[in-house]
Amino acid sequence: MSITVRLPTVLRPQANGQSTVKVEGSNVGEVVNSLVAAYPGLQSNLLDDSGSVRKFVNIYINDEDIRFLDKLQTPVSEGDEVAILPAVAGG
Amino acid sequence: MAVYSSITELIGNTPIIDVSHLSPNPDVRILAKLEGQNPAGSVKDRIALAMIEAAEASGELVPGRTIIEPSSGNTGIALAMLAGLRGYKIKIVLPENVTPERRQVLEAFGAEIISSPGAEGSNGAVRMAQALSEANPEWVFLYQYGNEANPTAHYETTGPEILADVPDITHFVAGLGTSGTLMGVGTYLKEAKPEVKLFAVEPPSGERVEGLRSLDDGYVPPVFDKWGGLDLLDGKRIVRPAESIEWTRRLITDCGIFAGLSSGAALAGAVKVAARHDAAVDGPAVIVFVVCDGAWKYLSTGAYTSPLADVVENLGDTIYF
Ligand SMILES: Cc1ncc(COP(=O)(O)O)c(C=O)c1O
Repeated sequence: MSITVRLPTVLRPQANGQSTVKVEGSNVGEVVNSLVAAYPGLQSNLLDDSGSVRKFVNIYINDEDIRFLDKLQTPVSEGDEVAILPAVAGG
Repeated sequence: MAVYSSITELIGNTPIIDVSHLSPNPDVRILAKLEGQNPAGSVKDRIALAMIEAAEASGELVPGRTIIEPSSGNTGIALAMLAGLRGYKIKIVLPENVTPERRQVLEAFGAEIISSPGAEGSNGAVRMAQALSEANPEWVFLYQYGNEANPTAHYETTGPEILADVPDITHFVAGLGTSGTLMGVGTYLKEAKPEVKLFAVEPPSGERVEGLRSLDDGYVPPVFDKWGGLDLLDGKRIVRPAESIEWTRRLITDCGIFAGLSSGAALAGAVKVAARHDAAVDGPAVIVFVVCDGAWKYLSTGAYTSPLADVVENLGDTIYF
């Protein structure tokens, strides 16, 4: 399944400057794996040494934070959009 | 009508108004808590008062001293109002890309503004204030992101007010900034009624922040971790500028509520929760969401009057949470 991933400005240099990329996967974890396989520079930005999503990285599927869904196991289907954002405070 | 001796007595006890005609689901009521009614204009009056009183009680804050605080606007405005009343000097570290109205209100209340780079967003303001407070230990750094008085103010005031006015509440939806509102209100509501569900909305601010060197420059407020943020919340979603503006406009035109942009984002979140709610399974629902402030400080963005397509782009670079 081809899934669109939106990248924040800070990660675009590691993905040839693109703001969105299309990758394959049937859950969010597979999407992230395809993404770092295609753009290895993203690996250390997104995942820690144990392969978990870094604390200051938020991943959303159709704008919902996957930490409150099935995390990396959250299924994705054709037309879904995954967004990756750094955690930012307000106040 | 009573005669009050100080404006601070007008903080809190805000009204709740039924806006269920905006609900997409006839079994779900939607209620707005109007925090813009607070005297300095936002929900942040509550935490500003609580943080100042805690610092006074500990002896750290005495008249003549200087307060420093990073803020995207509202906390700074509330603190500046109180600082003026109580004889403190105040410096607010403010990202360059907030609306000019926020800057003007701060100056009107007598705050000194220290600008932090717009490209670093709120995270940059927090970092700059931390560095300044380390370099100037005589300044009092209230640090809303890590100050227990922030969530505690909501635990002690906002939460009980909501439950007293809406005993049949089933869901609470609010914007996530420092997380003080969601952690404080959420903890109170879940203690009293464990079945209440909590939903956070946030703008996609991280998308455009250019000044981060890596995602490790991201920031999760200590208040969020300490109050069990991930475990306490039941969901969190992004609401993008177009949707925030559309629902903010509905609050104005359909409800007469002259609301700020994060209120539209919270309402958009509430509407999504309502649309998904299955009353056949879970019974009728009552959602309370927070109108954090009024529209006044955002008029210059054009969000209230210009064609949507024109303002969406512009708003992507403006901090409004
Ligand atoms: C307009 C507005 N909306 C929402 C929020 C979020 O509130 P909290 O800091 O309690 O999470 C803030 C402040 O951060 C704000 O100023």
